[in-house]
Amino acid sequence: MTRVAVGLVVVSHSRALADAAVELARQMLPGRELAIEVAAGTEDGGLGTDAAAISAAITAADSGDGVVVFMDLGSAVMSAETALEFLDDDVRDRVLLSPAALVEGLVGATVVAAGGASRDRVAAEALLGLAPKQAHLA
Amino acid sequence: MADQLDVAALGAWVQEFARSVAEHKDELTTLDSAIGDADHGANMDRGMSAAVAALAEKPPVDPAALLKQVGMTLVSKVGGASGPLYGTFFLRMAGALGPDPADPETFARAVRAGLEGVVARGKAEPGDKTMLDALVPACDALDAALADGRPLGDALQAAAEAARTGRDATTPLVARKGRASYLGERSAGHQDPGATSTALLFDAAVTALGGR
Repeated sequence: MTRVAVGLVVVSHSRALADAAVELARQMLPGRELAIEVAAGTEDGGLGTDAAAISAAITAADSGDGVVVFMDLGSAVMSAETALEFLDDDVRDRVLLSPAALVEGLVGATVVAAGGASRDRVAAEALLGLAPKQAHLA
Repeated sequence: MADQLDVAALGAWVQEFARSVAEHKDELTTLDSAIGDADHGANMDRGMSAAVAALAEKPPVDPAALLKQVGMTLVSKVGGASGPLYGTFFLRMAGALGPDPADPETFARAVRAGLEGVVARGKAEPGDKTMLDALVPACDALDAALADGRPLGDALQAAAEAARTGRDATTPLVARKGRASYLGERSAGHQDPGATSTALLFDAAVTALGGR
């Protein structure tokens, strides 16, 4: 029996921001494997997003069990939506763009994805990512 | 035959738009620094320069291939919101054109398809202080002029004029989309950078396509 392996993709204007978010999330995964791909920044190292790079990152993260994509601001969302158009139909059907907060959502999703949860379970967990902070500060 | 927009004509339009964006790069960035993230001029210039370079490197064989190549370059190279927005505009235009040279009505239908792509991508409406405030009136003016039986050059003039009027009308608006929306009421009093570059797109069409 093969384990469910949902992949994650981080889309940000900033490569440094995306890499740091992934580093933070991977702290939750000592010794466990999880595909987390990054599509962030412009080719020349500046701030920006690239729909072709996002599409490639989704393809790289996809093992057939689904992909959840996390985004930062504005154009990251539109670039991710554009990237979906470049995917094969069967891959696109497995991808979910998450409205969760980037850092909190990614950390929550990482934990459950590494535990073998389904794509929809991973996405639901990501949406709960802000709850601990909200409860603490309430 | 006159009034047929072939791959060379559309290539000239793209090149003229790139030249104009480069010329107005600082102006676009200054407008964007007032209400956005100060990157519109640099982003559009990077994207359009890459689009022109790609045309030279891999000359497209037909109108649809040319506009698709421009769109794919923009979604990849621009970096900011104008990448997916202008990129989708050109990709949808490409989808509405076949391999044959386009007559004015077909060109106008492709521009309309591009507009619909921008609406779907950005989820903005006219009055939100975006590129749509220039694009929608330009598209309407183009259709109306062609429906009146006016030649392509006149119709493009009317579209460009409508785009400039729409651009100017963005100044008092409060932004409801993009980075500028974070500023709320403080975004009023500034001309929208996206509407400004869209007006340049139609001015470029007059220059490059108007004499055909």
